[in-house]
Amino acid sequence: MIRSEILKEIAPIIRDQLVVCNIGLPSQELHMIDDQPTNFYMLGTMGLSSSIGFGLALAQDKTVISIDGDGSVLTNLGTLPTIANNVTDNYILLIIDNGSYGSTGDQPTYAGKKTSLTAVAKACGCENVIEVQDKDLGPVLQDAIDSKKMTVIVCKCDSGNIKLPVITMDPVVIRDRFMKAVAK
Amino acid sequence: MNIDKKICDDLVANDVSFVTTVPCKQLAGVIEEIDARDEIFHIPSNKEDEGMGLCAGAFMGGKRPAIIMQNTAIGVTINTLATLIQYYRMPLPMLISYRGELREPVACQVEMAVHTKALLAEMKIPTYHFHHQSDVAEFDAILKYTFMCNKPVAILTDANFWGGYGDQ
Repeated sequence: MIRSEILKEIAPIIRDQLVVCNIGLPSQELHMIDDQPTNFYMLGTMGLSSSIGFGLALAQDKTVISIDGDGSVLTNLGTLPTIANNVTDNYILLIIDNGSYGSTGDQPTYAGKKTSLTAVAKACGCENVIEVQDKDLGPVLQDAIDSKKMTVIVCKCDSGNIKLPVITMDPVVIRDRFMKAVAK
Repeated sequence: MNIDKKICDDLVANDVSFVTTVPCKQLAGVIEEIDARDEIFHIPSNKEDEGMGLCAGAFMGGKRPAIIMQNTAIGVTINTLATLIQYYRMPLPMLISYRGELREPVACQVEMAVHTKALLAEMKIPTYHFHHQSDVAEFDAILKYTFMCNKPVAILTDANFWGGYGDQ
């Protein structure tokens, strides 16, 4: 499975949760598949999906899912010790690990080579780290939501992209709509 | 006057309850004071752009955030300031240790100090420079201004403001 197929499959599971979605194609795909006010689309700032989602989880009680990529987590590896050492059980970090920088033309990442983000997350002190194959993600993600335990999920999948338009929504509109959904 | 206490008093009075820090020698006292305040949740960051991500999330979760960092971080965070904090129009007070100014003992710190105000000006970030301890009197008004206009705002605090580097 490629990332867009995974997002299609988990869309019904994450629809009612607060979602912070990674820059580039992941946000464009989620926007096309199931646009929701509870989705915060990153239009720039590679690497910070996990940090934005984590700050949001710390600030309020609703469950927050950061959808991140292996390349983006590698950009901001310092996020994992911060998450591990400040546990908040309403937070799920979902790393879609396709071993490539998808939005820029599928150049390989080190996570697709020798580096295991699952092992890195565990070494950083994250307690519930689950590595899962793409086709098995749905139930694992649902369990993580239901468990109310902070969880890091590394979902291994194929690299590959679909053609789709950029998000033209204004960033302030995205942010305002999202904040209203958070406060609801 | 205890400037560490005054800064924390103003943060609390302005309902700033989420503070992230990347330490600097000059900031040790204020970070210690923040840790002592029940009203403020303190989360250290490993890098300043990460910290700004945390602050963006906290703001969207209904908290008023602030970041405390060194001026070298301006070199690290230009992209985050432009594409996250400014693009999505979020407030972010940045209390910045202004290294490389008068009384600085470490020559390399001057190399970023000479770019700091130029970079902030280029980014159109409102910037205040605390040089004397009495300058801290404006901190309360700067916080109110930041959350009024939803912009990142820089407060540069130099060695003279903090009282020098002790024995160095």
